[in-house]
Amino acid sequence: MAYEVELKNINKHFGDFKASDNINFGVKKGRLIGLLGPSGSGKTTVLRMIAGLETPDSGDIFIAGQRVNDITPGKRGIGFVFQNYALFRHMTVWENIAFGLNVKKEDKEVIKKRVAELAELIGLSKFTDRYPMQLSGGQRQRVAFARALAPSPGLLLLDEPFAAIDAKVRKELRSWLRDTIHKLGVTSIFVTHDQDEAVEVADDIIITNKGRVEQAGTPAEIYQKPLTPFVADFIGESVHISDYTIFKGFEEEGEDHPGIIRPEFIDIGIDEKEILMPLSSERGVVKGTYFRGSNVEVEIEVKGVILRGNRSLEKPPLKKGDKVFALIHRIYSFSGGKTAVIENKSKRKEYVII
Amino acid sequence: MSEKTVKYFLIFVGALFLFTMLILPLTLVAFEAFAKGYDAYIAAISEPFSQKALYLTIEATIIAVVLNTAFGLASAWLLTKYDFSGKTVLGSLIDLPFAISPVVAGLFFIMLFGRLSPFYPILSEYEIAVVFAVPGIILATIFVTFPFITRELVPIMETQGRAEEEAAATMGASGFTIFRKVTLPNIKWGLLYGIILCAARAMGEFGAVSVVSGHIRGKTNTLPLHIEILYNEYNFTASFAVASILVFLAIIILVLRNAVEWRAERSGKYGL
Repeated sequence: MAYEVELKNINKHFGDFKASDNINFGVKKGRLIGLLGPSGSGKTTVLRMIAGLETPDSGDIFIAGQRVNDITPGKRGIGFVFQNYALFRHMTVWENIAFGLNVKKEDKEVIKKRVAELAELIGLSKFTDRYPMQLSGGQRQRVAFARALAPSPGLLLLDEPFAAIDAKVRKELRSWLRDTIHKLGVTSIFVTHDQDEAVEVADDIIITNKGRVEQAGTPAEIYQKPLTPFVADFIGESVHISDYTIFKGFEEEGEDHPGIIRPEFIDIGIDEKEILMPLSSERGVVKGTYFRGSNVEVEIEVKGVILRGNRSLEKPPLKKGDKVFALIHRIYSFSGGKTAVIENKSKRKEYVII
Repeated sequence: MSEKTVKYFLIFVGALFLFTMLILPLTLVAFEAFAKGYDAYIAAISEPFSQKALYLTIEATIIAVVLNTAFGLASAWLLTKYDFSGKTVLGSLIDLPFAISPVVAGLFFIMLFGRLSPFYPILSEYEIAVVFAVPGIILATIFVTFPFITRELVPIMETQGRAEEEAAATMGASGFTIFRKVTLPNIKWGLLYGIILCAARAMGEFGAVSVVSGHIRGKTNTLPLHIEILYNEYNFTASFAVASILVFLAIIILVLRNAVEWRAERSGKYGL
């Protein structure tokens, strides 16, 4: 299947700063893509180059099979939702949504029908006479979305669409946006620095770092099989270990064995009964506990290394100074510059027995 | 002192200052203008040289405002919507007329277009008179007033950023449509305010115009120059009568300014 959007060998500098370093990726029609990366990783630049608001130094951008490098933003068939919405402040909600259609000199009746339809879609039919300043953040966001969609673009680009909205509304808006985009079937790319947001909203995630694409794949793939140390570190919560061979079940020859351990890789038990394989477990001391609402985060010290694990609220609570068992199920190894998932040896043995 | 005492003390100081510096002189202008009666006043302001000076002032003001509006919009657009090296230098250069004495500005034009200028042979060959003629007056007026509109627009356009223009561009709007439908409505009150300030300054300009004018009555005299000439001739009544025209124009401008400020504030509530 052909790509709806494709970037080939894209490079872009801002002065000495390399914003894009040989970027390559393709997006299939109808997919909802999350461009995820830390601030300054060049994700917004990628989005703006696709839109034509920035020009790449070299490389080709294709939209719907056509090379668009020399085509103005307005002729690329895109809709763009800006980070702070960029609604036309002196225009009403209605005029904002109608703008793109008016520019295209659509028939008056067609415009009327389309704007009413979109106002309905975003649930603001009663607010079409209002000015952007009279709307809440979430409402403005939806108007920006409707405005971008009005001319029926083949590709929707969203720059940090939820960044300026407070936490509670953001959650609602995320699922609303995902469902609406899927319902309309428009190919969409959104930029975010929030991994929860990317995981929750996107069909596929593209992770950027220092102007490069680190990894592209479904949220599950990225979470389970991080290809680079950066991805392993960036996605999920991680504790860095300088040498993982000190732990039971991970003994190996040679030097240079850095890795990371995620909280969900560790079982923490107060006694032998609470742990699956006490003999393969490490002994540790509780350094602190943090209530996280749905569970308790426990910080323990094992062989001089601080590790973090989660503990169910159903289990007896732990307190500082308690001696505990800690079973490390797996580790992401960065040994030799490659990422690999290493399972605990004792678990591997059990598989053999079965 | 209590808060209240401070407040009334400051109000008193402010009122006293305004009275002695503003109200009193303005009243005196009116009194002097009518000192020899209503007929003398009408005669003084309808005298051909006064009329000519008024027309020239209006002509120079209109041309300066129109050209400076175009220049102000272009430079504010350039300074806020594009990045380029030397941007801060350009910004400072635009402020130059604020820093330079108008007399010096006038001398620039004398040097540039007068007899000492290297261009003078060309200018005289085509019989183009700039200095001691109307074009010089207009040039000098434009020079001293050109920062007003840019200075008024740059902060507004800077806070508004480029996102709305970019949004319009992604929807296929042409550059002109973007300017007309997005940029202009967003800056209209600031622009109007700048135009008013520019007009007020253009009408009252004395220094630079005085240098390039040559004070030819009925030809290169603007209202402020004419007032000075009449005053130097001890023709006080006529001088103050003509001055009252300038005061009257200033009051119109003041009213306009307040109206614009009021409208801008009201629309500001909606972020217009």
